[in-house]
Amino acid sequence: MNVAILHTRLRIEERLLSDALAARDATVELIDLRTVVFDPRADQRWRGFDIVLDRSVSLTASLTAVRMIEHLGLRCINPAAAIELCSDKLRTSLALEAASVPTPRTLVATSPESALEAIEMLDYPVVLKPTIGSWGRLVSRINDRDAAEAIIEHRDTLGSVNHHVYYVQEHIDKPGRDIRVFVVGGRAIAAITRTSQHWVTNTARGARAAGFAIPDSLADICIRAVESVQADVAAVDILECPRRGFLVNEINHSMEFRNSIETSGVDIPGCVAEYAISLASKKTHAAPFSRGGVSEQ
Amino acid sequence: MSNPMSNLMSTVSNPVQASDPVSGTCPECEGAVPFARAPLAAQVARCPGCGVELEVTSIQPLTLELAPQVQEDWGE
Repeated sequence: MNVAILHTRLRIEERLLSDALAARDATVELIDLRTVVFDPRADQRWRGFDIVLDRSVSLTASLTAVRMIEHLGLRCINPAAAIELCSDKLRTSLALEAASVPTPRTLVATSPESALEAIEMLDYPVVLKPTIGSWGRLVSRINDRDAAEAIIEHRDTLGSVNHHVYYVQEHIDKPGRDIRVFVVGGRAIAAITRTSQHWVTNTARGARAAGFAIPDSLADICIRAVESVQADVAAVDILECPRRGFLVNEINHSMEFRNSIETSGVDIPGCVAEYAISLASKKTHAAPFSRGGVSEQ
Repeated sequence: MSNPMSNLMSTVSNPVQASDPVSGTCPECEGAVPFARAPLAAQVARCPGCGVELEVTSIQPLTLELAPQVQEDWGE
């Protein structure tokens, strides 16, 4: 079994995944995407791999690489379609809505005037997010009209065109924490809570992690959420609404888990490795290789 | 099976091997940056002396450079 792990920087997660795969007798190649030239006609460069794990910290590099590699007939975890759906919060919201997965109420606007209208339709406080971004960057809670006008003006004046999409979400009065559920191969394998005094409960922003036993109802929501974005492996961020229960906030296609193994008590990289090997073993995904005249085993 | 990428990329075929601890030199403060396991190309590390984030840019000789700044599209 030959597995490629794509990366741009090699973090603890990539080493843990590499170790977990090697421990299961897979041969692992760590491929720095910054060194690669992709040729859509040169599939022989990738033929030896049974499956590809994308772990690039750069969304742009991820999507570029996975699109090229899928074109050459390899199965990637996650597929490009999943990366596209997860990385764009608007597309995630639409997928969740289409699948009737509970999620915070979200409005979208493309001008400062309509953004203000959307904010006031949801009423204060609201949360304004960039549609593309991670680790809680540029996520703003807006408590009143003064703050709304200021942030909208800043984004309109200083931001790139991507920041001219105003993704406005109702503020959920969560109990000082959110829940992160790890879903691998259609199973909710582990969960943690992330607790913070700050309203942004992201471990990248200093939140404290603790283990969490997943209720069946939450597992069902998370599995459906991950199915809706076509991901194999993902971390689902959950808000606990006092009135509506569990709401899916975001889905992360390239999850970090270094702080979640001990806290959850689950060998997350081991689960990912076993799933990747199992998926590669099935080989049902490999038909596109026939384009290049290479038969599948 | 031969590795199809071996001539193309900076790769390590068996990253699980144990090895003696090694250390590199921080380009910012010139302090020692120890690695508990053999470092790999592109691995990130933090200097225990000055706290900057570093990236392994060469294994032989072991070379550390300041890691790239976080980009807008980085994340999970």
